[in-house]
Amino acid sequence: MNADTTTHRVWRVGADIDTDALAPGAYMKFGIDEIARHCLQRVRPDFAGQVQPGDVLVAGPNFGIGSSREQAAAALVRLGVAAVIAPSFNGLYFRNAFNVGLLLLTCSQAETLAEGEGITFDPVAGRIQRPGGTPAELHCETVPGFLLDMVQAGGLLNLLKQRQTS
Amino acid sequence: MAQPQTLAQKLIAAACGRETVAEGEIVTCAVDLAMFHDSSGPRRLKPMLEELGATLWDPSRIVLVIDHYVPESDDESRRIVRIARDWAAEQQLPNVYDSVGICHVVVPQHGHIRPGMFCVGGDSHSPTGGAFGAYMFGIGSTEMLGVAVTGQIWVKVPKTLMMHWRGRLADGVTAKDMMLHMIGRYGMNGGRYQAVEFCGEAVRALSMQERMTLSNMSAELGSQVGLIAPDETTAAWLREAGVTEELDLSRWQSDRNADAEWHEFDAAALAPQVAAPHSPANARGVDTYSDVPVQVAYIGACTGAKLEDLRAAATVLRGRRLADGMQLMVAPASRQDQDQADREGVMQVLRDAGAQVLATSCGACAGYGGSIPDGASVIATTARNFKGRMGSETAQVYLASPYTVAASAVAGRVADPREFLA
Repeated sequence: MNADTTTHRVWRVGADIDTDALAPGAYMKFGIDEIARHCLQRVRPDFAGQVQPGDVLVAGPNFGIGSSREQAAAALVRLGVAAVIAPSFNGLYFRNAFNVGLLLLTCSQAETLAEGEGITFDPVAGRIQRPGGTPAELHCETVPGFLLDMVQAGGLLNLLKQRQTS
Repeated sequence: MAQPQTLAQKLIAAACGRETVAEGEIVTCAVDLAMFHDSSGPRRLKPMLEELGATLWDPSRIVLVIDHYVPESDDESRRIVRIARDWAAEQQLPNVYDSVGICHVVVPQHGHIRPGMFCVGGDSHSPTGGAFGAYMFGIGSTEMLGVAVTGQIWVKVPKTLMMHWRGRLADGVTAKDMMLHMIGRYGMNGGRYQAVEFCGEAVRALSMQERMTLSNMSAELGSQVGLIAPDETTAAWLREAGVTEELDLSRWQSDRNADAEWHEFDAAALAPQVAAPHSPANARGVDTYSDVPVQVAYIGACTGAKLEDLRAAATVLRGRRLADGMQLMVAPASRQDQDQADREGVMQVLRDAGAQVLATSCGACAGYGGSIPDGASVIATTARNFKGRMGSETAQVYLASPYTVAASAVAGRVADPREFLA
């Protein structure tokens, strides 16, 4: 995965965002489009309708606690979210996210990022840049290559398909 | 002398074909058993397998449990369950449990999880299998696809957080209270996706089903697994479940000098715990919430409606009635547990007290089937009380043990069960 030079707009949410907030149980029987329409409605009712492809979600600690339902990550992919940046993630959510092609950046200073600001990030170097912000650069944990490969491929399923054809 | 290893390390080493493994290493493990359910299983896996043109690595290592969308309440549920049943037939899966209870309870009750195994489940409460000395954790559907095709999965060898409980629990205090206390102390990511191992006199004294409650809620502690080293209690339970193979109890123990992070607890000093809305991490002693009125009590889920949970509730409810206006719903965790509770008169005690008995499935716990009333204050034996989790955005859900839920159902407010057991 190459360093990304696109500027991404920040959406801010708080700590302990759970999988019921991301993929509410009542919609779990439906497909990902319907689940995505209700993604985060409990904490940010404006999010699913207004988020733009390439935007990033910045959260407090413990993002993704709760269920194993990977729709909680796939809904963000469906909405075009480029990455979730938080000080910590639930371990099961972390695995699911990469498996469905969602990039997660673990950044202890995530909460210094502000709603609406524009950032760029480089998961290989472990760097988030924020022109005009303070501090101008944040460090995040580097992401292992095999996980970045999954994000680049658009998830494990696509990666397995690519390997079949190559 | 080989490097001392924790139980978690020994289980991972065995699964990746090594003598020892070191903390932080990423290794690929062979999976002994993969558990699917109707929600995350066939309806998600079947299309992906077809897209890949791939087949199952080993149907004999797959156990399918239909528990989330049963009984089918609408067309979507019927469709999801139909896919699971058709696919099971098409794949000739030898191990299918349809509408007989919740996977985390049904699968061990049929002897599928044994000491030394390496298992995955398509559900976050899969660490329940750790109670049997197996390395078992939850994964999502896409990652399960990888397992279904290759029979392998990667893990990062975890640190072990040793939760050492000395002493004995008082009457009316349970594994659920131990777990709520630990989650209250360390938070929902306190386990940091490492391995938790529960040990000490209080853990050894727990029955198998109580141990399962500890391991089950490792999910809420944020650990990858929640292990308990097997002993004679484990062996006796597995024999009862029909397991005839030899069990190597001495092998699956943490070495005394293995590197681990120790945490100490006094079981005798533990009071019943209650977690306030909307997080299990809001757990405090029951006294903190004793003035909170409740209108609905729910005894259900893999966490809190096994045979011993039903017995605990009956101990409190015997000869008593629900408070005026109180609704008590009981959804037994498995048919086997419900049948045994029936034979023992436990179900009758619950009904006589005014309980309404629901189907043995995940039910309202996950907000998938049925729901609790809007605006109600609810006390439940379930594992999670996130806002909206049980189907209503406006309900206030408190989590507690079956004793405490039953006592609260009689009192009409959050109540200390020890007052009812004296």
